Amino acid sequence: MSKNITNFIVTILLACVLSLFLPWWSVMTAALTAALFIPLNKAAVFFIPFLAIFLFWAVYGYMLSSGNDFTLAKRIAVLLPLGGNPYVLLLVTGMVGGLAAGIAAILGKQLSLLLKK
Amino acid sequence: MKYFKLILALVLTLGIFFALNTKFGSIPPIGKFLNPYTGVWQNETDEAISGEVSIPGLKAKVTVHYDAQLIPHVFAENDHDLFKAQGYLTAKHRLWQLEFQTYASAGRLSEIIGEGALNHDRRERRRGMGYGADQAIAYMETHDTETLAYIQDYADGVNAYINQLDPKNYPVEYKLLDYQPEEWVPKKTALLLMYMTKMLAGGDEDLEKTNALRLFGKDNFDLLFPDFFDSTEPIIPKESDWSFIDVSQTERPNSQQAVLDTIRETIEQPHPDNGSNNWAISGEKSVTGNPILANDPHLGLNMPAIWFVMQLSTPNYNALGATIPGALSVISGFNQHIAWGETNATRDVIDWYKVQFNKDRSKYKYNNSWNDVTIRIEDIKIKGKKSYKDSVLYTHHGPVVYDKNFKSDMELAGYAMKWVGHEGGNNQKTFIELNKSKNYDDYVSALKYWNAPAQNFVFASTEGDIALWIQGKFPNKWEGQGKFLMDGSNPENDWQGFIPQEFNAKVKNPERGFVSSANQHPVDQNYPFFVFNDGYETYRNRVINEFFNSKAKFGIQDFKDLHNNNYNLKASELVPYMLEHMDTTSLTDDENLIYNEIKSWQFNNDIDEVGPSIWRQWYGKLYRMVWDEFDIEDTALDAPFTYQTIYLLKNNGNHKFMDIIETDKIETAKDLFLLAFKDAAKKLDTIKNEKGDYKWANYKGTYAGHLLQALPAFSRFDIPIGGDRNIVNATSEDHGPSWRMIVEMTSPPTALGIYPGGQSGNPGSKYYDNFIDDWAAGKYHSLNFLQNDTRTAAIIGTQTLKPSN
Repeated sequence: MSKNITNFIVTILLACVLSLFLPWWSVMTAALTAALFIPLNKAAVFFIPFLAIFLFWAVYGYMLSSGNDFTLAKRIAVLLPLGGNPYVLLLVTGMVGGLAAGIAAILGKQLSLLLKK
Repeated sequence: MKYFKLILALVLTLGIFFALNTKFGSIPPIGKFLNPYTGVWQNETDEAISGEVSIPGLKAKVTVHYDAQLIPHVFAENDHDLFKAQGYLTAKHRLWQLEFQTYASAGRLSEIIGEGALNHDRRERRRGMGYGADQAIAYMETHDTETLAYIQDYADGVNAYINQLDPKNYPVEYKLLDYQPEEWVPKKTALLLMYMTKMLAGGDEDLEKTNALRLFGKDNFDLLFPDFFDSTEPIIPKESDWSFIDVSQTERPNSQQAVLDTIRETIEQPHPDNGSNNWAISGEKSVTGNPILANDPHLGLNMPAIWFVMQLSTPNYNALGATIPGALSVISGFNQHIAWGETNATRDVIDWYKVQFNKDRSKYKYNNSWNDVTIRIEDIKIKGKKSYKDSVLYTHHGPVVYDKNFKSDMELAGYAMKWVGHEGGNNQKTFIELNKSKNYDDYVSALKYWNAPAQNFVFASTEGDIALWIQGKFPNKWEGQGKFLMDGSNPENDWQGFIPQEFNAKVKNPERGFVSSANQHPVDQNYPFFVFNDGYETYRNRVINEFFNSKAKFGIQDFKDLHNNNYNLKASELVPYMLEHMDTTSLTDDENLIYNEIKSWQFNNDIDEVGPSIWRQWYGKLYRMVWDEFDIEDTALDAPFTYQTIYLLKNNGNHKFMDIIETDKIETAKDLFLLAFKDAAKKLDTIKNEKGDYKWANYKGTYAGHLLQALPAFSRFDIPIGGDRNIVNATSEDHGPSWRMIVEMTSPPTALGIYPGGQSGNPGSKYYDNFIDDWAAGKYHSLNFLQNDTRTAAIIGTQTLKPSN
């Protein structure tokens, strides 16, 4: 259990740091690295980094947008189209980041198994 | 098994990376687009309006005060710094639009959007947009390096902004389309001016008229397309004295004949709703004793709006008004001494010549010999595809737009375009000089540089003068020259020269106490040069002039009322006649209801009326029935103008054009009234069933569409505003008063202004569309005309631009 929490925290921290100088796929790098050094088991391999990045992106997006009355988020939620609801856009944003991170973490886990040998 | 899982994980990872990093059709690269640290979430902000910014090349600091409308009030120490600041600030608030409009002008949209824009790009290049911009730059390099240096300053300012822009702060459209801003060069300012020239002086009907002449004969043609309508109220009042003009009209050659080809299709024309109003009253006609001036250019209602309001000042002058992203100086505005504004002064400045080529199309026939063709290779880059190369042949007339490679199947011939837009020149200088002008004489000398698009420049000064010049570079044509396709091998058909600038039509301090223009006929028949009806407007001008003749003195409120005047003169000239002459015995109950609705209409296109919707339907159907003769497959034709259509319906109702060809019966105008009414009623009932009613606001559904094909997310729909085309409040579905300005010539002037949009180009800013509601309601904002760089209570933020060295 504590391994799950460690991986969760490390993934977020790495993602925050890497996002300073890498493009959007920094979250994939973060999740992959975290999975390499703190490998998890079964469904947690995917879901812990998924959750970590989901929260990171959704919360950060919320912080940027809420102060501006979701002016742009509402428009982008028309564009995509998500019924003009900015919260749905936050949800989609989190899921996009989470999905990318989760899948990268699976690769990290497989690599860690290879290295262990 | 382990390796299988590893490979599967690797493939999945690469797959998700690719899927989220790539643009699919109109779907942006979703990972790039949505991540919160470089994606659209970063655009959830207003532009910074405080602090200090370093700009390379500035000579001194520039103070920029922002008021609550986000209008920047710029105080620079010299002209070079001023234009650097203008470039920088325009880029800061409107970067994407700034670039996009010049891409559109240059025929480069395929680079951004992909293959879907290829037809657009080919058309713009064949029209010679890039060629015209090159000509303008070449002219300035030879004749006016000072103006070119200012244009370079503007470019430096734009680039200063682009260079310090972090990709995460790119405007949202770049993220959506997945591309980056490029360096701004002086040619882009020339391209922007070409864009305006195309919009306002890029239309003609020569080829359509050639078809009409061939199909219907000269008598019919002259009846349908008269040079002057039976009643005209020209911009320059009738009975003006032209005796000072000592140059005569070019004599008509004897051997004149139109080339009566069958022309299948022509290139897209500018929107017919482009137009404008302006007027000014003298001190004697003004309640306060000060002249008052107004301007409202009717252009596409786009987001971001075409206008960006700025105050631009140096120790030598101080101007405020509407600027256009990409062009220097204030375009429609005022300074401490004068006010000015423009309406479009259309004239036939595009002519078409049929040219014959030799066998390998390297030469063309001219004056009984062969001239060399020059080739301009247009290399159109296409996003995600190989470039498309189009070789455009150039003659001394201009580009051969139509040939076997474009909208024509003539193997060894083509149609060359002669356009004043290709002539080069330094149009930009007019605005730089107008911004500095102190009186009438300064205004007149500023106008001399203006070639195209020809404009009616209205003027008022604190000294008490009012004036209006129709300024442009106009060919001195022989009677009838250029109405139809001409033989390009005959030198007599070439433009033989231009009307000397000082003989352009003008009026200063007329007795009637006001000047006005609304795209109508510039002059009456007595003007000693050939001017024929180039689609002149026939309604707004009469409403405006009648208004100013209606009483002795006028004030600001009168000006506001006139801007927002919804009187439909056009309908008032036909509806009563139709109601009187239509046989109503066969009307059903539903039709009678509509009949009574329009009968009680007072001809105001207000938002809650149903009359305007009935009129639109009724007249629209009627117009198509009258001119069914013009609906011929594979033939480019334009039906006659509304004014003449209404004239014929009322005065020539039994003419054979009234007949509907498809039916066995011979219809007259009266039959058409009824047939059209019944069709209209059916359509109106359908609308009622679908939408609940057909009140004007809903029926019209005015919208301000984003420049990218009116993307709904970034556009505003169902804006509740009355008016329509041919009405002083000329708001149709997507065109209308794109900038309403009223300036009273107090010292210093006091002014009101508003436009449908907002100062910010960022859809994530509250300043993106915050003027629209007030604009629709007919309200105005006071323009804060600061007299020096001291902060006042109206200022909400100050940014200082500093030299970086």
